[in-house]
Amino acid sequence: MEKRTPLYSSQKALGARFTSFGGWELPVSYTDIIAEHQLVRTRAGLFDVSHMGEILITGKDAVKFINKIITNDVAPVPANKILYSPMCYENGTVVDDILIYKISDEELLLVVNAGNTEKDEQWIRSQLSGDVIMENLSDKYVQVALQGPESEEIIKRILDEETELPGFYHFKEVSMLGMKVLLSRTGYTGEDGFEIYLWLPNSSSDPEKLWNGILEAGKDKGVLPAGLGARDTLRLEAALPLYGHELSESISPLEAGLKTFVKFNKDDYIGKAVLSKQHENGLGRKLYGFEMIDRGIPRNGYDVVKDGNKIGYVTSGGLLPTLNKNGGLALLDDTNLANGDIIEIVIRERKCKAVIVPKPFYKKKYKV
Amino acid sequence: MEIREGLYYSKDHEWVRIEGDRAYIGITDYAQDSLGSIVYVEIPKEGKALSKGEVLSVVESVKAASDIFAPISGTVVEINQALADNPELINESPYENYIAIMSFENADDLSDLLSPTQYEELTKGE
Repeated sequence: MEKRTPLYSSQKALGARFTSFGGWELPVSYTDIIAEHQLVRTRAGLFDVSHMGEILITGKDAVKFINKIITNDVAPVPANKILYSPMCYENGTVVDDILIYKISDEELLLVVNAGNTEKDEQWIRSQLSGDVIMENLSDKYVQVALQGPESEEIIKRILDEETELPGFYHFKEVSMLGMKVLLSRTGYTGEDGFEIYLWLPNSSSDPEKLWNGILEAGKDKGVLPAGLGARDTLRLEAALPLYGHELSESISPLEAGLKTFVKFNKDDYIGKAVLSKQHENGLGRKLYGFEMIDRGIPRNGYDVVKDGNKIGYVTSGGLLPTLNKNGGLALLDDTNLANGDIIEIVIRERKCKAVIVPKPFYKKKYKV
Repeated sequence: MEIREGLYYSKDHEWVRIEGDRAYIGITDYAQDSLGSIVYVEIPKEGKALSKGEVLSVVESVKAASDIFAPISGTVVEINQALADNPELINESPYENYIAIMSFENADDLSDLLSPTQYEELTKGE
């Protein structure tokens, strides 16, 4: 049976429609995906993201060990800061893309994709070395995400004591609504916002109180719950990769355009040899943004054709609500395409014209 | 959820309205509500002959693409071009916005379609 988060009943009562995602039964929308999308762009929306996995790495060699399994570099990152990184196999393809919360040099929390949690746990266990302990704490955390321009104001209202809010990609422990939580300035929407981790074993932790308290505090700001459907259109507009689409066990982070998160001057790590070679010799594939010219909705897996030849496929596509256009991301063998170049997406055997455009489709509005 | 009298319903949530030798075909209120915001309707080709159960059109919501099956056999005699520019019309009034009109040739085709009461039972069970 699929897993449900502790907020399932509250969501059901709010009229959520549910869908399957990464082994979980999660709300896809409460009212309408486009309305929830616009809400996050203009005010704020509240997501239950408890399906995300949390793996704690502790020990004297924690930083050294994590640096061995990720492509980014966590060593210079100060405490209370978060690092995004792909985690690769030896062949340079991606096990998962993760967030690393540096609590201290000897305690780091990895936040991983729901559908990859077990795989990641096994992979990390198989690589363990030095003075390091790994614990999968996924079932002990509830995580909600408040995303949108009104998020900061709403968070301020529910803090138990006035405190400086963490900046972009920082986190701190705070008390809100009478509960201790980890407050993180991160998200997956391209808007300013927060992700809030509630540690369930704490006696004061009450997921429904957190969920309802945020909705109540943001009522006059128009905050409403939002589902996975909007989460997907929001991340697509911001061109944030989704594992299984832009990243996978057959795609390298360089092909996905994530060079910023792959370090070549770091000590040896898993995948470094292959990734360095790709970097030096050039890539065989590249991820592009495109917008439809002809009518039609591009979807994951559709072929992309140019001058009669198949040159790749759509990794993610659909309506881009803020632009009110259809478009998406495509992984293409031709690495020399330029903005304005015409490609064709094969939609149900019909070739539909599209044009290469810059990514992201929507300029991210983080508060740095 | 509105279920209209005087229409035939398929188990795939299409409705059929017979007017003489013409069969208007659309998707039900239940279907549009389950799909959510409709962003694309593939307009069938006029003159296309279809057997019952073949794909007549595709309706796409933000979430996914859903095939619409011909609930009867016949030929597409008229299409609803307005849906090309305004697919959301189906969300607004699913029973006013047909996807196609097919020729109605065989009264037996109606025999395994559902009555409004039967269709209501079907949607309650889902």
